[in-house]
Amino acid sequence: MSKEHGDGMSVIVKTVTRLTVGLIFLYGIYIVLHGHLTPGGGFAGGVIIALSFINLELAFGKRTSGKIFSKSATSLVESFGAVMFLAIALLGLQWGGFFTNFLHPDGDPGMLVSAGTIPLSNIAISLKVGAGIFGIFLTLIVLQKFESEKK
Amino acid sequence: MVELYVLLGLMIAGAVIAIEVKNLLSAVIAVGVVGLALSIIFLLLKAPDVALTQIVVEIAAVILLIRATLHRDLASRSCGGRPFGAVMGIMFIGIGAVAALVTFSGGLNPFGHPLMTVSAFYPINAIAGTGAVNVVSSIILDYRAYDTLGEATVLFTAVIGVLAVMRATGKRDEEMKDDNE
Repeated sequence: MSKEHGDGMSVIVKTVTRLTVGLIFLYGIYIVLHGHLTPGGGFAGGVIIALSFINLELAFGKRTSGKIFSKSATSLVESFGAVMFLAIALLGLQWGGFFTNFLHPDGDPGMLVSAGTIPLSNIAISLKVGAGIFGIFLTLIVLQKFESEKK
Repeated sequence: MVELYVLLGLMIAGAVIAIEVKNLLSAVIAVGVVGLALSIIFLLLKAPDVALTQIVVEIAAVILLIRATLHRDLASRSCGGRPFGAVMGIMFIGIGAVAALVTFSGGLNPFGHPLMTVSAFYPINAIAGTGAVNVVSSIILDYRAYDTLGEATVLFTAVIGVLAVMRATGKRDEEMKDDNE
């Protein structure tokens, strides 16, 4: 089982994944960046980005996906997202209070650059959620490998 | 509203199947049916933000559950007959039915009414106040951003807990070597 897991799935799955995983990743980025215009936002977009990495990991095995996004990198990116969100909140203290929208009149409503700090918060939350869910997935894979060897 | 009742029936059937079926993989798929029906219900109730989050998190949860349960031998574990549990179950269903009859005897309000004062404020003032066209986003990241910070903290704590319990530091040497190759 562990050998099959190291090499990934069959060639059909690998080919389809190679064609679609970039589109899934781009869709996640679109959901994040347009979170203040259309339904969605940092949480849903972050999970979609994490799902694209999970798709890559399931199809190609741990060795290939580890080169792109390793487990220590997930911890780093998740902590960076959390610190970024908290920094946006604390910067608002300079302009009056916690989470003050200090960039607010910066564009017409409906444009991509508008809504002040809300797109920045969306990006921070997407980094945090995506890296967190992918980290949990990688950790559970390691646990399952550990248990299957113990048998 | 007929499709809502069909989907609610599908959710109840999926939940009962997930509890009663012996095979763990079938149970996970039944849980996925519950999540999919809930997402469609959110979409029919005109809440696309919640529907998108629900379907995406459900996919991630089903993948994680399949990876966690697929190769385990937990399938053939039966609890046997428990008369005390059945008595308690019937009693709680009876209490719930009586409470529902007492509460809903005057009839329910129509869906979405009455609109409360706080929720009437947001659709009028959100676009001028924050610049975000998506009112839900302006609420969760501007007016109620402190709640979102709490939610982010909960997720951060959960990830730290998982990574700490299943960390690689406590493993033996040959497992580490096997993990790295």
